[in-house]
Amino acid sequence: MNRFLWPLIGFGVLVVLLAVGLNLNPRDVPSPLVGKPAPAFALTRLDAPEQQFSPKEMLGKVWLLNVWASWCVSCRQEHPVLVELAKRQSVPLVGLNYKEVRGDGAIDSSKLDAATEKRMVIDRAVSWLARHGDPYTLSVLDIDGRVGIDYGVYGVPETYVIDKAGIIRMKHTGPVTPDILAGKILPLLGELSR
Amino acid sequence: MRRWLLILLVALAGLAGNGPQAREAAPLAADEATERRLVAISSELRCLVCQNESLSGSNAELANDLRREIRNLIHEGRSDAEIMEFMVSRYGDFVRYRPPLKGTTLLLWFGPGLLFVAALAALLLYLRRRERALADQRPLSGDETRRAEALLHDRDAPPRP
Repeated sequence: MNRFLWPLIGFGVLVVLLAVGLNLNPRDVPSPLVGKPAPAFALTRLDAPEQQFSPKEMLGKVWLLNVWASWCVSCRQEHPVLVELAKRQSVPLVGLNYKEVRGDGAIDSSKLDAATEKRMVIDRAVSWLARHGDPYTLSVLDIDGRVGIDYGVYGVPETYVIDKAGIIRMKHTGPVTPDILAGKILPLLGELSR
Repeated sequence: MRRWLLILLVALAGLAGNGPQAREAAPLAADEATERRLVAISSELRCLVCQNESLSGSNAELANDLRREIRNLIHEGRSDAEIMEFMVSRYGDFVRYRPPLKGTTLLLWFGPGLLFVAALAALLLYLRRRERALADQRPLSGDETRRAEALLHDRDAPPRP
């Protein structure tokens, strides 16, 4: 009896470990930025390229920062969710357009000069938002991805919830689904706005 | 025929190599020392896009950006520890291939050792038990054989009063 029981128990433990391991999402890397101040930046605004936007303008407000790019397939998947959110909620949603041209593998950006690249970034971003809807209060241009590095971006789309004091309270990597929005983001927004 | 086919293949391979998908090698940093430090640091770091590849070996877009960033930090005169801190503060301990020793990583560091000790103990216990079991099974000595036979013989005899 004992002879068969122990291997069976061992097998059971192994099955449980594998089941748990296979159900974890390896893309879910905990961000060290949660609970820390949102890194400062000053980037060109998409709607007004002569102006810059900086996170400190949002102090006193709870807001969302969403990293997107027109070449990002998952962004298209989450976009209707954001458009819907913008219709229903009054929470400011800032878009960080991440490496619009450099991130696109189809373009050899090494031969572009800065002015041409910037013009291309704006053209592509504007036409993408015109086609799919623009849920953003405003979007800013992270042309070379430097700000993305400060925010620990490693897989677009990513979404940050930032509180009134400018502290990052949540980071979500990957497309925002209706479930995540209703189950995690909206409750947190409600709690932080109080 | 075969030779012609081979020549054709070689020619095609050559063409493919020069095709539009080929890219120029990324420029090396001006000095070799920087490059050597870059390789040393980035092979300790995980590429977050491919996860099982080091930052030094990865060709992912983000890996290129991060290597460029590390190169800049080296030029600014930062120490290796500061550069590591730069990466960890943005991407977490996950970027390090050698996780730091702390409360949440104790099992990670000592788990395999514990497992080994437990397995060794189980093995020793098993061997000792087996030895005892085998000791019980050794063939009977001459004396014991005689006694056993006597007993068996006894059984055949009519029971004593």
